[in-house]
Amino acid sequence: MDVLDIARWQFGITTVYHFLMVPLTIGLGLLVAVMHTLWVRTGRAEWLRMTRFWGRIYLINFVLGVATGLVQEFQFGLAWSAYSRFVGDVFGSVLALEALLAFFLESTFLGLWIFGWGRIPQKLHLAALWAAVVGSIISAYFIIAANSWMQHPVGVVLDTSSGEPRARQVDFLAVLTNNTAVAAFSHAIVASLLVAGSLLVGVGLWHLRRRARAGRPVGEVDHQVWRRSVRLGGWVCVAAFALTAVTGDWQGKLMYHQQPLKMSSAEALCTTEAPASFSLFAFGKLGSNECDDVHSLTIPYVLSFLAHGDFSTAVPGVNELQEQYAQTYGATYPDDESFGDRAGQPIDYAPVLAVTYWGFRLMIGMGLIAALMAAYALWSTRRGRVPISRIGVYGSLFAVATPFIGNAAGWIFTEMGRQPFVVHPNPDVPVADQVYFFTAQAVSPGITVGEVWTSLISLAVVYGLLAVIEFGLILRFARRGITDGDTTPTPGIGGGKNRKSDGDDDGPDDAADASDDVLQFAY
Amino acid sequence: MDLQAVWFVAVAVLWTGFLLLEGFDFGVAILLPVLGRTRADRHLMLRTIGPVWDGNEVWLVTAVGAVFAAFPGWYATWLPSMYLPFVIVLLGLIVRAVAFEWRHSSHDPRWDDAWTRIITAGSLVAAAGIGAALGATTLGLPVGANGVRVGGAFSGWSWPALLGAVAVTAYSAVHGAIFLALKTDGDVRLRARAFARRWVLVASIPLLAWAGLVQLRSGTVLTGIIALVAAASAVLAWNRLRIGREGQAFAAWATVLIACAATIFAAAFPVVLPSTIDPAFDVLVGDAAVSTYTLTVMTWVAGFGLPVVIGYQAWTYWVFRRRLVAEPVHAPEPTAA
Repeated sequence: MDVLDIARWQFGITTVYHFLMVPLTIGLGLLVAVMHTLWVRTGRAEWLRMTRFWGRIYLINFVLGVATGLVQEFQFGLAWSAYSRFVGDVFGSVLALEALLAFFLESTFLGLWIFGWGRIPQKLHLAALWAAVVGSIISAYFIIAANSWMQHPVGVVLDTSSGEPRARQVDFLAVLTNNTAVAAFSHAIVASLLVAGSLLVGVGLWHLRRRARAGRPVGEVDHQVWRRSVRLGGWVCVAAFALTAVTGDWQGKLMYHQQPLKMSSAEALCTTEAPASFSLFAFGKLGSNECDDVHSLTIPYVLSFLAHGDFSTAVPGVNELQEQYAQTYGATYPDDESFGDRAGQPIDYAPVLAVTYWGFRLMIGMGLIAALMAAYALWSTRRGRVPISRIGVYGSLFAVATPFIGNAAGWIFTEMGRQPFVVHPNPDVPVADQVYFFTAQAVSPGITVGEVWTSLISLAVVYGLLAVIEFGLILRFARRGITDGDTTPTPGIGGGKNRKSDGDDDGPDDAADASDDVLQFAY
Repeated sequence: MDLQAVWFVAVAVLWTGFLLLEGFDFGVAILLPVLGRTRADRHLMLRTIGPVWDGNEVWLVTAVGAVFAAFPGWYATWLPSMYLPFVIVLLGLIVRAVAFEWRHSSHDPRWDDAWTRIITAGSLVAAAGIGAALGATTLGLPVGANGVRVGGAFSGWSWPALLGAVAVTAYSAVHGAIFLALKTDGDVRLRARAFARRWVLVASIPLLAWAGLVQLRSGTVLTGIIALVAAASAVLAWNRLRIGREGQAFAAWATVLIACAATIFAAAFPVVLPSTIDPAFDVLVGDAAVSTYTLTVMTWVAGFGLPVVIGYQAWTYWVFRRRLVAEPVHAPEPTAA
C-alpha cells in the first residue's frame, strides 16, 4: 500500500471510531439533561438517581470522544496537507470556530457540572449541564457543515491567481446554511437520540427483569428508575427512528441531485430506468466493481419515488453516470506530480459498490431493529407490566449495538460514496467554475510510508485497547446499576445551598463518603 | 495593523494561553511521582486540576484550529514536517485524557496507580512533543520549495526541537509546582514550594535560550527588552518563592512565559516557519494566510467569542478557587462490585 491508501485507512479508522462515541455523547447528554431538569423541577428521587446513573455512563463515554476528537484537528495537516492547502480558506475557519464557539463551552461547563455537585447553586449547576450539551450540539453542527461542504461545496469560487488552484471563500453564511449540512445535521442528531434511547431501553429492561426475578418490590424507587428509563428511552427511540426516516428521505433527495453516482451505486442501479425500481437484495461477482456483474431483487417504481417524489421520473444508472463524469472531469488523472503514481491513470468514478450498497441497507436495517425493539419494550411495559421474556429482554440488550452500527454504516456509505473526490463538484455551478478535488491528490507530499504506518498502527492499537476498557467499564456500571452513592441524596448532592454555607466540603465526618462520592460520580 | 498581523497575534496568544494553562496541569501530572509520596497526596494533586484540564486542553485545539484557519500554508507545512512528534503528542493526550476520567472506576488501588502513571507518562510526552514542534517552527525546519520537507521522517528532529521539548517540559514542571503550592495545603504545598524554589532558575534557562536565539536571529530592540523582562521575572519568581509568596511567584513565572512567547513570536514575525535549507524557502505570514474575506469573518466571530470564552473559563477557576487538602485515608471497599 502507498501513503494514500494507508492514510485513507487511518482516516477511516480514526473517524469511524470517534463517531462511535459522538452519537452517544450527543444523545445521552440531551437525555441526562432532561432527567436532571425533571429532578430539579419535581424533586423526585428517581430522576436524581437516573441523572447520576446515566450521567456516569455519559462521562465514561464522553472522555473517549474528546480524546479521539483531538486527532481530527491534527490529521488534516498531518496526512492531508495538499487538501488542507486547497480548502484552507473555508474548511479551517469552520473547524476553528467549532473549537472556539462549541468545544470550549462543552469542556468548561462539563467540568463545572462534574465537580459542581453541592458547590454551586442547584439551578446554576443544571444550567452548566445544559451549556455543555448545547456545546456538543453546536460542535456537531460545525463539523457536519465542514463535512457537507466537502459533499456539496457552496460559498466558494475557484481561485487560480497564485498559480496553484485554491478554493476561495466568498460567502461564509452560505457555507453555514448549506442545505446538505442542515439535512445531514438533523439526520445525525436524531440518529444520536436513537443510540441513547436504545441504551436506556436495553439496560433498563434488563434491570427490570432482574429485579422482578429477585422478587424486589415494585414500590421501590429503583423500580421507578428502570421503568422510567425504559419508557423514556422507548419513546425517544420510536420518535427518533421516524425522524431519521423523514430527514434521511430529505437528505436522499438532495443527494440524488448533488451526487447522483453515490445514490445510484447505493441501489446498484446500472442503467438508467424510468420509472426506477428499488433494490431489496443484490448479489454480485466477488471482487468485481463492475455494475453489470450485480444482480438484484427489486420493487418497481419505489426508487423513482424515493429520489424524486413521483412514480415515473427517470433515475440515472451507474454506467451512464460514469461516462458523464469521465467526459466532464477526465477519464484519467491529470499528468501532474501532485497525483504521484496515479498521474495519468484511469479514474473509476463509481464508488466501491458493495460498500455503498450494503452500507446504505445496514444503516436503515440497524435503525429499524432498534426501533422495533423499542416498540416491543414500550408494549411489554405498558400499564406497569414487567417483561420476563428472556428473548425479549436480551434481544433489546443486544439491540443496543444496532444504532451504533447503523451510524457507522451511514457515514461509511456517505464518505465512500463520494469517492474518487474528496471535495465533490457542486452540480449547480458551471463546470468551468466548479471547486473540486480528487482524493488522490489530497495526501501530504513528502511524508513517508513508514511514518503513516507508524501512526496508523500505534493509533489502532491504542484505540483498540481503549475500546475494550470503555466497553468493560460501561458494562460493569450498567450491570451494577444504582449504587449507594446514588440512592442517598445527601445534602452534598441535593441542595447546593446548605453545602455552600459549609465553606469546607471535606469535614472530617462525612468527608470520606461525600468526597469519594463526588469523585465516584466524576470518573 | 492588517488582519494577517492580527491573526498572527491571535495565534501567538492562543499558543501562549495554552502553554500557560495546560502548562500547570502538565506540570502537576509530571510531578505526581516526585511530590506525591502517598496515594492521598496524588489524589490531592489530581483534584487541583480535575475540573480544569479539559478546558485547558481546548486551548490547544483552538490554537491548532486557528493556525489552520488563518494560515493553512503554515499548518500544511508544519504538521507533516513534524509528523511523528505530533502523533506522539496525540497518543499522549489521548491516554492522559481517558486516564483522568477512568481512574476512579474501580476501588482497586492497582487500577488507580496504573492510570496515575499513565497520566504522568502521557503528560510528559505531550509536553515534550508540543515543545519540540514549537521549537522547530520558530527555530527552523528542513523545508524546501513548496513547503515540502526535505529528508526523511527524522530530518525535523534537530536541536531546535530538542531545545523546545526541554524548555516546555521544564517550564511546565515548575509551573505545576507553583500551582500546587498555591492550590493545596499541607505536605504537598511545602514540598511543591521547595521543589519550585530549587528548580525555578534552572528551568527558566532553556526557555530563555530559545527566546534569545530567535532574538539573535531577527529581534528588535523592543523584543530584546521583553526578553530581559522575562529573565528578570524568573529571578523575581525565585525571590518570591524564597519568601513564600506563592501568588506573586505564580504571576512572575507566568510573566516569564508570556514575555518569552512575546519575544519569540514578535521577533520571528513575519516568518512563521524558517527553513534551515535556504531562507528563500521560509514560510511567511503573507504566503500562508487565507483571504481577507475569511480573515474578516473570523475576526468578527472571534472578537465576540473569545472574550466570552475567557470570561466563563475564568469564572470556573473562581468557582474552584479554594485551597484543597488531602482526603482522610479510608479503607477501600472490600467488595468492589
